[in-house]
Amino acid sequence: MDYKKVDSKDIEFLVSVAGKDKVFVGDQIHETYSRDEIVHAGKYPDVVIEVETTEEVSKIMKYAYDNNIIVTPRGQGTGLAGAAVAFQGGIMISTVRMNKILELDDENLTLTVEPGVLLMDIIKFVQSNDLFYPPDPGEKSASIGGNISTNAGGMKAVKYGVTRDYVRGLEVVLPDGRIIEVGGKNVKNSSGYSVKDLIVGSEGTLGFITKAILKLLPLPKISHSLLVPFPDLATAIETVPKIIKSKSIPTAIEFMERSAIVAAEEFLGKKFPDKSSDAYLLLTFDGNKKEEVEDAYEKVAHICLEAGAFDVFISNTQERQETIWKTRGAFLEAIKASTSELDECDVVVPRNKVAEFIKFTNELQKEVDIRIQSFGHAGDGNLHVYILRDDLGETEWKTKLHKAMDRMYDKATELHGLTSGEHGIGTEKKPYLAKAMGPEYMELLRNIKAAFDPKNILNPGKVC
Amino acid sequence: MEILVCIKQVPGTSEVEVDPETGVLKREGIDSKMNPYDLYGVETAIRIKEQTGARVTVASMGPPQASEILQEAFMMGADEAALFTDRKFAGADVLATSYTIAQGIKKVNIPDLIICGKQTTDGDTAQVGPELAEFLSIPHVANVTKIIEVTDKAITVEMDMGHSVEIVEMLYPCLITVEKGINVPRLPSFKLKLATKNKKIPFYSLSDFEDKNEKNYGLNGSPTRVLRIFSPEANSDRETWTGSGEELTGKLVKKLKELKFA
Repeated sequence: MDYKKVDSKDIEFLVSVAGKDKVFVGDQIHETYSRDEIVHAGKYPDVVIEVETTEEVSKIMKYAYDNNIIVTPRGQGTGLAGAAVAFQGGIMISTVRMNKILELDDENLTLTVEPGVLLMDIIKFVQSNDLFYPPDPGEKSASIGGNISTNAGGMKAVKYGVTRDYVRGLEVVLPDGRIIEVGGKNVKNSSGYSVKDLIVGSEGTLGFITKAILKLLPLPKISHSLLVPFPDLATAIETVPKIIKSKSIPTAIEFMERSAIVAAEEFLGKKFPDKSSDAYLLLTFDGNKKEEVEDAYEKVAHICLEAGAFDVFISNTQERQETIWKTRGAFLEAIKASTSELDECDVVVPRNKVAEFIKFTNELQKEVDIRIQSFGHAGDGNLHVYILRDDLGETEWKTKLHKAMDRMYDKATELHGLTSGEHGIGTEKKPYLAKAMGPEYMELLRNIKAAFDPKNILNPGKVC
Repeated sequence: MEILVCIKQVPGTSEVEVDPETGVLKREGIDSKMNPYDLYGVETAIRIKEQTGARVTVASMGPPQASEILQEAFMMGADEAALFTDRKFAGADVLATSYTIAQGIKKVNIPDLIICGKQTTDGDTAQVGPELAEFLSIPHVANVTKIIEVTDKAITVEMDMGHSVEIVEMLYPCLITVEKGINVPRLPSFKLKLATKNKKIPFYSLSDFEDKNEKNYGLNGSPTRVLRIFSPEANSDRETWTGSGEELTGKLVKKLKELKFA
């Protein structure tokens, strides 16, 4: 499809909507707008506009729709699959100024926010009101709009689920500029197709989120973690289904290898309390009474010891929790710092297949002869496997990367897993999604996209 | 070799409110934990134990529930524990606290080496360690940042004197207080919890001590009078500047000089 190129008349229009100081063209556009955290595309939009209101978004969308101009929605740009990169130029609408927490409704336990509010600010705000927003992606500087757009998961999914489970309602600007509200503050909803749930995870392709109503829970008073050293990763991960079978529900079950811990120690300049073993599970339990939390973790501690753990270390104070989880939170940045370039695979597989998948990646590392590091959410089956370039030349890197990626996505499909657990499809994972899901499914996705955006101007080329 | 580590139970969070009427900390419903500085002390002792086969005793002064932190020290590898507990010890300032612990240690056994955390996170005086050494008439070194050597007769340590670092060799019996960051304290072990769950913790009260004069303990033995406890006012003064990197750097340097940081 032929799109209209942004010209000075279009810029004039944007300035008339938001004011001169919120519109950026050419050299004024910051380098970060040309990429995300993994996809260093070097692709700039023609213009970036920092909007403040729904009405502004609506006016711009209507204008873009009428004039056939591409629009790319943008939060904090912390995505990992290219969904917020303007590969084909056009207008980038940044939500960076739409960063207000609008309402805490303590009678409905909901929080209404603008899309540019940072996850860390939401967490802090609700905590200070003794409330809890459970989704816990590692990247706390992401915007909530971005989290909703990728249906971000995070480290508490085992017990609490993912972002979609905490989105009650949305205000959305459709590609032609009309404003709709979906969901609301209602707990139940059987009122036809759940458009809200289609928008969640649509990576900015179906509508532009301008407001979100989030579901909150009472804040659990106590949270303790167990750091469990194992002789090797296979033994560690094989213990996870046993823990799940025991019916105790940790908020998180993460796995990590010594190499990731060492990298994070170097990156943070802080020491981790134990790195004498090759592999670890990290589990968290929360609740309101110390005894209740201790009972839950003791049961699991016994299971781990029986499964071959060397010991079970208890993290039960704020300082201990901070040391451990800060290190865990730094894994991605630390691995990034340890190599020249990387790409990632964020597949999700049924939880009893995690061990098999990890074993496969270890063999793949030798087979393709490339460094592969992984860590992730053992408790929910979502793996984060990183392929590292180190000092490989461009051709060799591309060849080996594609080989490794192809093999991993095929393996995930074979294990009845899915292409992305929480990072989304964007542009980067499209071929893998198409291969895994088949042409009929992809056609259905494209038909849904066309129903929302018949002119295909909103974030085209992403997802499907 | 015998090592004794002094540890204290403190509120689990730094956000303890002060009752504006009575000036007393509102401790109800607040979880407690081992003073974070003492974790470094316990870790220091356990590392010396691993190296020399020393026996590690942990001691605390406080209400009976303070035995929780002694149990936690068992989970880190301590061998024995003692709790100095008596209603008559309540309300003690640093002087009375040091005196009580000194009396308790005399009762238990004066070890080769006593280790204290540099300070607590509730009182923050950093005085109990050195005063305890004075009451026991043994030498001491505070603010220890590194253990250099441990032999049968002496310990060599590095201490942070603020503007200089001093290395000292000290004969036993002696006392050190250790700085935050001297090591990374290990996490309590569930295996050791199982292994030590039936271990008895002896309690010592005033009647067990050599000096039984009530006037030397608790509020009676404390020359310090607390007039008022209050939370410090939070300073949230802030200025926001915009400009290019160069402009802002210049402005920042000027401001820091003004504030005498540079």
